[in-house]
Amino acid sequence: MTSSPVTRTRGGAARTAVEVRLEDLSRHYGPVVALDHLDLTLQPGELIALLGPSGCGKTTTLRLLAGLEDADTGRITVGGRDITRLSAAKRDMGMVFQAYSLFPHMTVRQNVAFGLRLRKVGTAERDKRALEMLDLVGLSVQADRYPHQLSGGQQQRVALARALAIEPQVLLLDEPLSALDAKVRAQLRDEIRRIQLEVGITTLFVTHDQEEALAIADRVGVMREGRLEQLAPPTEVYSRPATSFVAEFVGLSNRLTGEVRGGEVIVRGCKLPLVEQDTPDGPVVALVRPEAVSLASRAPESGSGPLTGTVIAITFLGATSRVTVDLGDTRVMAQLPTSEASALTAGSRVVLAIRPDPVLVSADSDPAARPTVEDA
Amino acid sequence: MAALTSVGETPAPAEAAGQRGMHGRRRRRLNIFRYVVFTLFGAFFLLPLLAMARFSLEGAKLGTWSVTAWKQIASYQGTGVPPLLSSIEITLELAVITCVVTLALLVPTMIWVRLRVQWLARPMEFLSLLPLTIPAIVLVVGLGPIYNRIQHYELSALMLFWVYVILALPFAYRALAAGLSAIDVETLSEAARSLGASWFTVMFRVIAPNMRQGILNALLLTWALVLGEFTIAFLLLYNNLQAELYSISRNTPNAGVIFSTSTAALLFAFVLLLILSYAGRRRRGRG
Repeated sequence: MTSSPVTRTRGGAARTAVEVRLEDLSRHYGPVVALDHLDLTLQPGELIALLGPSGCGKTTTLRLLAGLEDADTGRITVGGRDITRLSAAKRDMGMVFQAYSLFPHMTVRQNVAFGLRLRKVGTAERDKRALEMLDLVGLSVQADRYPHQLSGGQQQRVALARALAIEPQVLLLDEPLSALDAKVRAQLRDEIRRIQLEVGITTLFVTHDQEEALAIADRVGVMREGRLEQLAPPTEVYSRPATSFVAEFVGLSNRLTGEVRGGEVIVRGCKLPLVEQDTPDGPVVALVRPEAVSLASRAPESGSGPLTGTVIAITFLGATSRVTVDLGDTRVMAQLPTSEASALTAGSRVVLAIRPDPVLVSADSDPAARPTVEDA
Repeated sequence: MAALTSVGETPAPAEAAGQRGMHGRRRRRLNIFRYVVFTLFGAFFLLPLLAMARFSLEGAKLGTWSVTAWKQIASYQGTGVPPLLSSIEITLELAVITCVVTLALLVPTMIWVRLRVQWLARPMEFLSLLPLTIPAIVLVVGLGPIYNRIQHYELSALMLFWVYVILALPFAYRALAAGLSAIDVETLSEAARSLGASWFTVMFRVIAPNMRQGILNALLLTWALVLGEFTIAFLLLYNNLQAELYSISRNTPNAGVIFSTSTAALLFAFVLLLILSYAGRRRRGRG
């Protein structure tokens, strides 16, 4: 399948979303392997977020797709057409950059119309389309302003309008929100998703922010050392991570020692199902999400048990709070409703419970060698 | 406790006031120093200029005023030299040609090097700054044979633009480099490329307009350099404005027209500077 959903643009023109296929892509910078035989397919109209730590190859993937860099090996097809050797100017892709990329000497309207002007679209049509795109991002009243007169969030929205004005086949977003403050970031993130769904364009979104990736994408690709560790819907990436790297990178994980026995892992007396059923019996480290840990009861001062411990820190996060409990030989982080956590204070004795969600285990049996709780 | 607190706190406002007073005195002293330095240096630069302007307005009798020397600019001809106006024309033409050639050479090259061949940036900077380190007399010795050949074909003094471009290179390069470093060339070019722009469009419709201030500065420096250049033109036996003024001063001592022409050239450069500054500021204001 190379194309499917036909969506309607604001101008009324029919647009066919296309499939994007990256096959066996490799890229080296001297001895450094930036991309290692990557295969990735974006379904028509789909938004895939590439997530990973710095240097994992996510931006390189996007730049290769945009034609801003050349691949050492591999093939890129868009809607079945091989564009591997095509220059960036001929690829028909809209791109929003991490840095503010509006042309400072042009007004907002001129910026949005720039791509159309290069395509020799008439002045009236160009202006009409530019205003439509600005309307789409809610900035039509700012059309005659210059970029320096806009806020960072507004500039990125104009950049998005400019990228979409040329009706590209693919939209590429290279950490477009990273320069913005938290509130604007969340607003614009939702806006990007709304517009992407409205326009129905195949989109590749690169970010190092897991919350952003999980919130916006149809599928999330977690990358590490130039390879895709997992490509799956956000809920699956979060609840059924394919590897311990994914489990640790996406969200927080408690690393607790346990033992696999008969297709289950026993962690501090709790029987938990395994993500990978065929794990051989033996000692393991289980990766348990903080939200799978709950407060069973307040414990008496002298009470003891595998999940009995002392609260050592409470972090207020809004609706929920993160409570760190010292179990004696290890520390566990629990994410509790704030109403429940507010009843606790540092020094409170508590008994924890672990919800029987499927957990991923790693063969590493020495949790002391690594931090007990990994922050993504 | 209250007593302790009051004892402990009482000196604080007085101390703060004392500090404010000390800061105030220091600021006043600094301001006086600034005014003195500004006045001294202002006088150092301004007095010769005022003297030149005064001489240009000197009448036939000492101590009188006259605009005769200014009127003579258009018609003066010294003995054994071409009319003054022709050397003014030549110099202005040279300035225009040098500015155009320097910018046409440097602007696209610098953008291209920045965008596509960054490893060339250092060698290019070195080469561009090299003329600063070579004394004019050495340049003349090196260029002598070439200009002898040119003079053999009786080409006009406009041929001086070759050497003036070399002389202007370091100044224009620095001004343009500053303009180029003030913008995010890579991101702007990538954004334009992704929208379908050719490299030509990237250079001339995206990057160059954003280097406007740098280009104006390069233009002004090149212009000023050509207007004031004497050594090379004189040693290569060409007649530009400065060489002509020198010839007139040798043949006709105290000719007021030397001072009026020099003052006019200086005023012209100032006016140009003001226009370019205004143009640059207006642009910045707009975006």
